[in-house]
Amino acid sequence: MQLREDQASGLTLVALALFVAWENRAYPLGSLQEPGPGYTPLLIAIFLGLTGMLIVLRGGASPRLAGMKWPEGTRAAVIIAACAAATYVLESIGYRITIAALLVFFLGVLERRPPLAVAAVAVGFSLLSWYLIGDVLRVPLPRGPWGW
Amino acid sequence: MDGNVIQNLLLGFSVALQPEILAYAFIGCIVGTLVGMMPGLGPLAGISLLLPATFGLNPIIAMVLLGGVYYGAMYGGSTTSILMRIPGEAASVMTCVDGYAMTQNGRAGAALAISALGSFVAGTLGVVGLMLLAPTLAAWALRFGPPEYTALLVMGFFVLAYMSGGSMLKTLAMAVFGLVLGMIGIDAMSGYTRFSFDVLALSDGLGIVPVAVGLFGISEILITAGQKGAARVARPKLRELMPSRTELRQSLGPIGRGSVLGFLIGIIPGSAHIISSFVSYGIERRISKTPERFGNGAIEGVAGPESANNAAATGAFVPMMALGIPTGPVTAVMIAAVMVHGISPGPTLIQQQPELFWGFVASMYIGNTVLLILNLPMVGLFVNLLRIPYSYLYPGILCFCIVGCYSVSNSVVDVWIMLVMGGIGYVLRKFGYDLAPVALGLVLAPMLELSLRQSLALSAGDYLIFVQRPIALTMLVLGVILLLLGLKPLLTKKKDWRDQLDQVAEEKP
Repeated sequence: MQLREDQASGLTLVALALFVAWENRAYPLGSLQEPGPGYTPLLIAIFLGLTGMLIVLRGGASPRLAGMKWPEGTRAAVIIAACAAATYVLESIGYRITIAALLVFFLGVLERRPPLAVAAVAVGFSLLSWYLIGDVLRVPLPRGPWGW
Repeated sequence: MDGNVIQNLLLGFSVALQPEILAYAFIGCIVGTLVGMMPGLGPLAGISLLLPATFGLNPIIAMVLLGGVYYGAMYGGSTTSILMRIPGEAASVMTCVDGYAMTQNGRAGAALAISALGSFVAGTLGVVGLMLLAPTLAAWALRFGPPEYTALLVMGFFVLAYMSGGSMLKTLAMAVFGLVLGMIGIDAMSGYTRFSFDVLALSDGLGIVPVAVGLFGISEILITAGQKGAARVARPKLRELMPSRTELRQSLGPIGRGSVLGFLIGIIPGSAHIISSFVSYGIERRISKTPERFGNGAIEGVAGPESANNAAATGAFVPMMALGIPTGPVTAVMIAAVMVHGISPGPTLIQQQPELFWGFVASMYIGNTVLLILNLPMVGLFVNLLRIPYSYLYPGILCFCIVGCYSVSNSVVDVWIMLVMGGIGYVLRKFGYDLAPVALGLVLAPMLELSLRQSLALSAGDYLIFVQRPIALTMLVLGVILLLLGLKPLLTKKKDWRDQLDQVAEEKP
């Protein structure tokens, strides 16, 4: 039997519901008169499991999971990975260097734009956004060890 | 309109006409127009990104600025739909059909003018509705206790599931997924920290901003990853903006109907502005004596949907202001914006903070006028933004998302949450799930849990409390009726209006 898109997503929701119910063991359920911190999450997990099951049951007519196309998948993964790397170093090397490096990666490596344009956008954006957000709006943005 | 309303409105204008507030209303409208025009940046992303900047402002200015961005984005979204057949934001999908056809027929200027005029009329009529309805609803809501609030929220979820496009089951599942996310953090009644997995930052719960920016902003960029180049954009001249007398006459009815319909749909939870534009288009086509013109540049196909989505944007403020309940992610973020200042929207807000409510109402009149005056002459300037290649645009948007989320609480944890939610949002969209209910579930979870547990404590554990109180019973019955209506196509396999909405979404460019 070929798994269908809705069946796969419905099963994922059921698995999530089971996980929530399992993790919820740590919290007291209380009583009906005085529901505890575990009461509502359990109700919600039951409801999530039920809707997940219904999606699985109704999912027979949806397209086959194997036929699902992810043409932008690789690029999307690279974008998320680059943002994750930037987030990881944001507080240690500072806002301006991180943002400039991220833009150099996106424009220079991923999009292969002309080097001069890449440099101008990367430096210009990081400095201008620092001025607008950090100086004008007074949001304390992270500075690296060199004050950047 | 009684004297009290006029007196309060005058109070509002005395607040809104202060130079500082006028300036922020102006900035909000401009920023909103720009974010509304940019594919991938809708009103929600724009408001979320500006949210941290409002923390240092007074709450009236914060509301005026964010409100300006919201309805400015509604105006801006139509420009790309008409000129490029790209909906700047989801509510403008229907405008693409006849708006772009008009551009191809050389009537882009008239389409833009009618769209702006319709948006202005609808926005203004919507504010009148908000002004009259919100105080009445708030006074009525003072009778609400925990059972009524529980019933209202449960009804809201069923209405949301029924009204949202696509599968009702999937919408409900997403709302429940949002409720699961809302369970993360400290339980207000017992002090237990739940589902934090020993991550200290999670004990405060998930903030609406990183979740919303991730779900809507980041996922959009991931979905469109790989898109190349800047599209060709028509650039109408100022003298071409004047619609003909026939076009004006043909637009009056659709603008009036769209305004009333949009406002009423806007009050209901869900993606109201999207649904309202779809319903308005359907009605206009159905009542037209020449339905064959629709799809080939019928001005009614622009006037109706554009008026409806703007009126719906204003209607969404009614439950937000009067009940403290958001009808969608945008109003949820706006509630977060005023709560930062220690103000909770709800039935007592209008009485306790009249300057805030009436100042906001008055600023919406001003904002709509500013948008009408600004948008038409400056449309040529604004469309230059659309000439920026997407390869330059999306890295900038990503950087703004990162800095915006970081700024909310100066924490990289929020940025991590945004990235994770972006990834989840991308996968969910690939599987055909609507993301708005997730954000709504997240915001409503604490409110629902608190009112449910208080109701049970009040009734000594008796669930019959929800059917013994007339207001709660009425709301639950309404919710169940809608649930059954929504489930009917599942049992009969008959197509309903949601399938038609799906069909339109698939046909969209």
